[in-house]
Amino acid sequence: MTSATPAPTTVPESTVPDSTVPEAAAAAFAAPAGGHRGEPVGSKSHTDGAWHEMPVQTRSERYASADVGDFDDPSGHEVDWKLTPIKLVADLISGPLDGSPYDVTASPVDGFTLSWIDRTDDRFGSAGLPEDKASANAWSSVDQALAIDVTGESPSAEFVVARSGLGTVARGAHTVITAAANSRGLVILENSGDARLTENVEIVVRDGAELTVVSVQEWNDSAVHLASHFAQVGRDATLRHVVVSLGGSVVRVNPSIHLSSTGSNTEAYGLYFADAGQHLEQRVYIDHEAENSRSRVKYKGALQGEGAHSVWVGDVLIRQTANGTDSYEENRNLVLSEGTRADSIPNLEIETGNILGAGHASSTGRFDDEQLFYLQSRGISEEEARRLVVRGFLAEIIQKIGSDAVEERLTRAVEAELVDAVAGFAADGAAEGAVA
Amino acid sequence: MSVLEIKDLHVSVDTELGSKQILRGVNLIIEQGQTHAIMGPNGSGKSTLAYAIAGHPKYHVTSGSILLDGEEMTTLSVDARARAGLFLAMQYPVEIPGVTVTNFLRTAKTAIDGSAPPLRGWIKDVKSSMSALRMDSTFAERNVNEGFSGGEKKRNEILQLELLKPKFAVLDETDSGLDVDALKIVSEGVNRAKSNTDLGVLLITHYNRILRYITPDFVHVFVAGQVVESGGPELAVQLENEGYDEYVKASAAAAAAIASAEAADAAVTSAAAPAVNA
Repeated sequence: MTSATPAPTTVPESTVPDSTVPEAAAAAFAAPAGGHRGEPVGSKSHTDGAWHEMPVQTRSERYASADVGDFDDPSGHEVDWKLTPIKLVADLISGPLDGSPYDVTASPVDGFTLSWIDRTDDRFGSAGLPEDKASANAWSSVDQALAIDVTGESPSAEFVVARSGLGTVARGAHTVITAAANSRGLVILENSGDARLTENVEIVVRDGAELTVVSVQEWNDSAVHLASHFAQVGRDATLRHVVVSLGGSVVRVNPSIHLSSTGSNTEAYGLYFADAGQHLEQRVYIDHEAENSRSRVKYKGALQGEGAHSVWVGDVLIRQTANGTDSYEENRNLVLSEGTRADSIPNLEIETGNILGAGHASSTGRFDDEQLFYLQSRGISEEEARRLVVRGFLAEIIQKIGSDAVEERLTRAVEAELVDAVAGFAADGAAEGAVA
Repeated sequence: MSVLEIKDLHVSVDTELGSKQILRGVNLIIEQGQTHAIMGPNGSGKSTLAYAIAGHPKYHVTSGSILLDGEEMTTLSVDARARAGLFLAMQYPVEIPGVTVTNFLRTAKTAIDGSAPPLRGWIKDVKSSMSALRMDSTFAERNVNEGFSGGEKKRNEILQLELLKPKFAVLDETDSGLDVDALKIVSEGVNRAKSNTDLGVLLITHYNRILRYITPDFVHVFVAGQVVESGGPELAVQLENEGYDEYVKASAAAAAAIASAEAADAAVTSAAAPAVNA
């Protein structure tokens, strides 16, 4: 490692062992010849960490295997488990699972077919491999997968696949959604009732297709649900992926979307409303592999009540091959009461500078008192004003789904959450009033 | 006939440095149909008066009264004051993401009237007010104040004033940041509300400019948290020519108070709205 100028550096050479810095990175940090006097750019440690240490692991090199035996039991310190209450889901991570087919409800719609396929079928494993033990456990547990094939070309066609009452025994499941080339459609996965479920959902969007997949978690209060979604998006194809998590005790839905063909596009949206004691987690991974790929990630959540916990991790990788990438991810949290916790972690890895854009944003804020004042000054009661603001905050995501029926239903579901939440405010207010 | 009476009003504001006295005994009587202009230098407490009347939680009435037809307002919640007939057109209206203008207006109208407005008449009213204010019809489907320019925000305030039909409106520097065309449009809106509903107006301004379009019946000079002189429209002309210096110099104590009021106003303003009047 040599510096191109004699300018002094503030970081002694000895603190930057050659072995930890590849040549390319070293060259990038070296000052340009004949450039700056004094300190070369980048010669100083960044204030938020030691920049000269390479990341422990880049996202693309995370271990993947279909065999549950290849994974150690997580201790809770691993980067992908450290924010999850693993004691509450230990049985799903490494315990025995019932992987048999279960009851699903779906009214037939032209352009969609539903079937159970063997794991020897080509579709099984066509979109990805497990990257954590719960996912591998599910993968190993099933002999059959639920296959949803989209072949129609009507953009407004909707196919609702509902399951309810999966019981309280730990279970594994596997779903494969395949959108044929140039097909159009919207697949809605509705989850309710009891569940102790770990599952994999594979999504393959073939060239030129436009598919929307909406996964709605409205489980019972005690339900536990771990899901890994793997998506491959084809040439000039679009996947709109929406995760809506409202009900359940621990719900963790991790979509990994691979933009592996030129011009592939994804919009990943999420909406969650964490109540007291509820853990809602989503780890989104967007892998820009191909040229001119585009991604937009937007997750919004509200938290209300003691112990309400949300986790959003947004990994975006722009590979060296992904020239012309256009990427943006954001997470917004609205905190409605004391005692909640919102973890929001955007991670960007950019391996090429030849891109249109790569940005991220994250905010976690309290209810805005000025908004409340404004609405109240127009005669609207405090309760109604709070409802309006929260509803407005979350409506942005609901409006992205693109199905009137689903939007209406989810608006009602959010309303139901809000009624509970606002009742909580009223109780808080009354308590304060009594103290005063 | 309705009367808004402000009696010996003392108001303090929460700041980072603690509570600060801003209003030091304000007395005003506004009858329905009358327009009173409050003019004063920056930091004199004009906006504090506006917020105190509306009931902003940061402002505390330490003594005195705000009476609407004899009913005490200072003990009522913000929304109850609005339902009683008070309206504040804000200097820096906030954005409400995800709430459309249409939805907001209907919700507010329903709250003020106690029942939903009959749909057909309501839609007609909204449309005609919007077109009178030269607001494009697409406004209705936009989120409240989101991405609005300064002028659009002010027009949206006047739109609400026309539709909600309060008894008394406080206009807090509604003229600030408006070009002359927008100023005319907004002033026409206020004048329409005056003639349609016999609105009483408390018009807070720094400059004489808006008074060319909205004729005041009374002008009050506001310095250091008090009304120091009252007169007719001619007083505004005098202020335009001579400025506030004479009043400000009147007492060293007043000057000291202005400094503190200014700091408080600035703190509140920056918290309320970082950017305006694009």
